[in-house]
Amino acid sequence: MSDLITARGLTKTFPGVRALDQVDFSLRPGEVHALVGENGSGKSTLIKILMGVYRRDGGSIEIRGQPVQELTPQHARALGFAAVYQDVTLARQLSVAENFFLGAMPHASWGGISWEEASRRSGAVLHDLGLDIDPRSRLLDLPVAKQEMVAIAKAVFENSEVIVFDEPTALLTDDETQLLFTIIRRLRAAGKGIIYITHRLEEVFSICDRVTVLKDGTRVRTLDSTETDQDGLMRLMVGRSMADMYTIQRLPPGEPVLEVEGLTREPRFRRVSFAVGKGEIFGLFGLVGSGRTEILRVIYGADRPDAGRVMVNGTPVAFFHPRDAIKTRIGFLAEDRKMQSIALPLTVRVNANLTSYPAISRFGVLDVAAERANAASCIERLRVKTPSDQQIIRNLSGGNQQKIVLGRNLISKAQILLCDEPTIGVDVGAKSEIYKIFERLTAEGITILLVSSYLPEMMGLADRVLVLYEGNPMGIVVRRDFNEEKLVRLASGIAA
Amino acid sequence: MPATKLPATRWIFNLGTSATLGLIIVVLFAFLSFTTRSFLTWENLVNLLRQTSINGVIALGMLVVIISAGIDLSVGAVVAIAGIVNALLLKEGVPLVATVPIALLTGAVVGLLNGVLVFDFGITPFIATLGTVTIVRGLVMILSGARMVASLPAGFAHLSMSMVLGIPTMFLIWMALFAVTWMILRYTQLGRNMFIIGSSQEVARLSGIRLRRNTYAIYSLCSLYAAIGGLLLSSRLSMGVPTAGMGYELDAIAAVVIGGASLFGAAGSALGAVLGAVIMQTIHNGGTLLGVDPFALQIIIGALILLSVGIDQVRQRQRRTA
Repeated sequence: MSDLITARGLTKTFPGVRALDQVDFSLRPGEVHALVGENGSGKSTLIKILMGVYRRDGGSIEIRGQPVQELTPQHARALGFAAVYQDVTLARQLSVAENFFLGAMPHASWGGISWEEASRRSGAVLHDLGLDIDPRSRLLDLPVAKQEMVAIAKAVFENSEVIVFDEPTALLTDDETQLLFTIIRRLRAAGKGIIYITHRLEEVFSICDRVTVLKDGTRVRTLDSTETDQDGLMRLMVGRSMADMYTIQRLPPGEPVLEVEGLTREPRFRRVSFAVGKGEIFGLFGLVGSGRTEILRVIYGADRPDAGRVMVNGTPVAFFHPRDAIKTRIGFLAEDRKMQSIALPLTVRVNANLTSYPAISRFGVLDVAAERANAASCIERLRVKTPSDQQIIRNLSGGNQQKIVLGRNLISKAQILLCDEPTIGVDVGAKSEIYKIFERLTAEGITILLVSSYLPEMMGLADRVLVLYEGNPMGIVVRRDFNEEKLVRLASGIAA
Repeated sequence: MPATKLPATRWIFNLGTSATLGLIIVVLFAFLSFTTRSFLTWENLVNLLRQTSINGVIALGMLVVIISAGIDLSVGAVVAIAGIVNALLLKEGVPLVATVPIALLTGAVVGLLNGVLVFDFGITPFIATLGTVTIVRGLVMILSGARMVASLPAGFAHLSMSMVLGIPTMFLIWMALFAVTWMILRYTQLGRNMFIIGSSQEVARLSGIRLRRNTYAIYSLCSLYAAIGGLLLSSRLSMGVPTAGMGYELDAIAAVVIGGASLFGAAGSALGAVLGAVIMQTIHNGGTLLGVDPFALQIIIGALILLSVGIDQVRQRQRRTA
């Protein structure tokens, strides 16, 4: 029986970066094939090529032994490909049943839409999969995890031959994850091909038959999941073992520079208190929705708290606007870089100065020489890869974009950096550079508040970690007591 | 968008550049010189220059709003109200040195109103300024009694007719404003803020830019320019006309977009707006000289506006996928 997909020598280049370089990939029927690799390794590019969203620059694709020249999303759908992405790509304003039949609602004998049949059929699929969801409910009204289950059910319903799951468990609880795995096993038994993308290496061994590791756009290896383990995969992904990559030198912290007491902003978080010493890396850890980003935003003055106070260097501060925080030497690296940290259509030069303009203006007139000097300093200090400072920042890789965000805070002389998932969407090389930069900065006395969902990163960088569960502080853990299991239990709401 | 289309339409990217615009103007001028007897006459060119100055000033104001990803549909109404306020005061015997600042202030206040509606009330600029247009036009009718205000002091009318070294004063005023706008965009914090706000309000805010005062400033600046345009127009007509400026907002938007600005914000240049305005007014002028039915001309201009906005959309999509 021929492979469902045989791809050879796939290549894709974007301006300034080779996203995929001669990658081979195959998918057999009745197989769950994991695709792992750091951000920037080419995973999503590969998937997008297979789903017809991107056009490959080189290489060949065969579907069930038949070569395919041009692949469009419609064509991919017609071939029986479906994808369940992390950000639910369904029509949120419509009901579950309508989403099942998007564009192809069942009709009654008189010609109009049969809502009853739509509900009945979609309800049957949901029930069959063990999901307790009312097909008439609006997608928007369901919790995000349930929305994702609907997306999965839809892919099953459409009898897709190939289903791609992109980080499916990010939003699911343990029970829901088990349900997902049960569904996947059923699909596998029915001869479907599953491509499973994840950052959670343990899942590769729970559910996957083979795993392909991508690194910097090339395929490192494809092996059976029985042939390796998590550390082995990690080594293939990164080229060094987990411990090496994330561990940086830590010095004992100094006097408290930032103190937070009883900080509350309902419904996001409440009664959060901690003190951070000079040069410390203080982590905020928790699941999606635990309130970490919201805490940073309040400290930065982007949102106002309901109660509590913040003190910088012993003095209480009340920020009404991020401008106040910037003046107090606090910098912010937002989680969603593209929507919050960088002005995509503008140049590297402007982005490097975003927070510095008041400092380089007199009576509103800019010192353009200073603007250029700031950008040059930023690019040089952090070794940003860009043809010139007039390059549009959209064309830079995620890692270089993030370096500009980091650099501009340093130019504004930030003493406290609030970093929200600083290495998300950043390739391995730049990630490692950013860690070394953090190491250097904290040695020079700059303090960092770090939000990260990736435990190895958190445990490698932080001196202490405050764990949050649904907005409630669960406890502060110090570095020598770091333990994956302990942190995850606290993050799941299980008290120490 | 299928990737195969990309190379074929790449030339659209370059449509906004000044060189292309200059070329279009040259072609237009050449065409009109051959097809009409009167286009390339001194009299007509001076006439064209004067009218272009008025729309050109308004386009510069529109430029700053569009760069910040906003839009201002009320500029035509401001043209009218500035002219009417100035005319009414002049008739009451108020000296020109006082009426002009007051008329300009009126424009700026309308701009401030727009800013408040957009920022404090969170109304989308299209709707907010649509509301302002209606209010201001109504106000103009009330103030003027729906009648033209004629018999203005000769000194005021003379402004539009005067020349300095053979160059119409109006044109010099427009060029001066062009220089000012260019400097604001390139060398001031406000100018940078326009681009940053135009690219993303959230990014601007998180970078410490105060959205309220910048929004107020941007809309007030636009209306101020429109008021200046209104005074120039009123001088040219030697009266205050309550229905002045009808349709001027569309001309301004078209001029700015033809000149390379994007309705999505964060793109645009003063030079582009100037050249865009020249193109728009040359078409108006040429159309009239060619004896084109004014309504047919209206259709042509409408189509041109749609075309330039459509090209902007294609450019935007290309920026995303390139």
